[in-house]
Amino acid sequence: MLNARKLGIMKRIGLKIAILAIVATAIPAWAGDDAGIRNCTWCHGTSGQGYMVAPRLAGQRPQYIESQIRSFREHTRDNPFSKQYMWGAVAALDPDAARDLAIYFAKIAPKAANDGDRDLAARGRTIYLEGIPEANIVSCYACHGPDAEGVRDIPRLGGLAYFYLKGRLEQWGQGYHSGIESPMPLVASKLGPDEIEALASYLSFVK
Amino acid sequence: MVGIRSIVRLVLLTALPAVVFAAAGHAEDRIVAARQGGLEAKLEYCKTCHGLSGQGYLGYFPMPRLAGQQPEYIEAQLRAFIERRRTNPIMFNVAHVLSPSMLTALATHFRGLNPRPFGGAPRGSLAEGKRIFEEGLPEANVPACSACHGTEGKGQNEIPRLAGQVYAYTVGQLTGWKKERGQGSAVDTSAIMAPTAHNLTRSQVEAVAAYVSNLP
Repeated sequence: MLNARKLGIMKRIGLKIAILAIVATAIPAWAGDDAGIRNCTWCHGTSGQGYMVAPRLAGQRPQYIESQIRSFREHTRDNPFSKQYMWGAVAALDPDAARDLAIYFAKIAPKAANDGDRDLAARGRTIYLEGIPEANIVSCYACHGPDAEGVRDIPRLGGLAYFYLKGRLEQWGQGYHSGIESPMPLVASKLGPDEIEALASYLSFVK
Repeated sequence: MVGIRSIVRLVLLTALPAVVFAAAGHAEDRIVAARQGGLEAKLEYCKTCHGLSGQGYLGYFPMPRLAGQQPEYIEAQLRAFIERRRTNPIMFNVAHVLSPSMLTALATHFRGLNPRPFGGAPRGSLAEGKRIFEEGLPEANVPACSACHGTEGKGQNEIPRLAGQVYAYTVGQLTGWKKERGQGSAVDTSAIMAPTAHNLTRSQVEAVAAYVSNLP
């Protein structure tokens, strides 16, 4: 038989369940299961902002994320960390799952890494916008946009980590490959070390 | 007594640094070669944006097809960029370092390229585009494109080839003709297209652009 005390307890539990239910629905739902997201965030950071050598995925162009997942599965992108970690990480991802993950991460607001050398940022900005025509270095702006935001399957560079950007630019100069149709190996192979550091520094601060 | 092992070790010790430095030197050579401004290096630079076969590319901006383009047209445009009669911040930077002989050499090179069209244009109004291309729009004072650009859209002299041109580029040019071309006070051949561009409606521009983008 219900007495007043038991009723009071039930009411408090009921209230807690109701609050939990409201809060749970407020958390953004994602297509694709929790395990899929967690497989990425182990390395890329809990909110996809990047961690150590794993680049930020938050706010990245979804078509770019999809194209990179494809290049890992097809083994066309072959820089050392990709080969060591990413080839295995996405081997079981079918295109639908890849698209869902890409859309999920694309919607997260990106945070700039701000870890470049501030003294080099101005020079990096000039190279980004104008290239160096005398040295046959193309303007990054022409493809990546005025604020390094990217478009379609051309990636957002703004706010990526200095060491990640520096590493990628160096790797193309060393002969590592991108996805099949990327012009980046051609672009980056002309860059000298000073220019790479300036570009990576500038971009790490771009919101 | 010097043994075979120590000789081998000595050879390896001297050879290995040479190999390492040679590998590093190779990357340096490529950078140096690119910066020395030869025609080959400059062409590679153009093709980084305009496509490895000059077929065009869709970056943040659409980069037009240069393959098979009339050399006189390319030269005229490069001069227009340099003299700021055609406003384009990226192309001004590219062009203002080019010597006159380099201008001619680049323009001549692209004439010989012939990749398949870039493709990707919407297919809904190709018939209308063909009609406008071949007959014009007399009621709107739009001449037939083929009258000047040729029945196959290959152009002549300073009149550009349209065949295979990147759809988004053509649309952007026709809808924004006077914003980019004919700037400044000097007379510019681009003036001839201004009325036509103005008289075409947006959907007519898209139809014609789609049609010519598929021409081989």
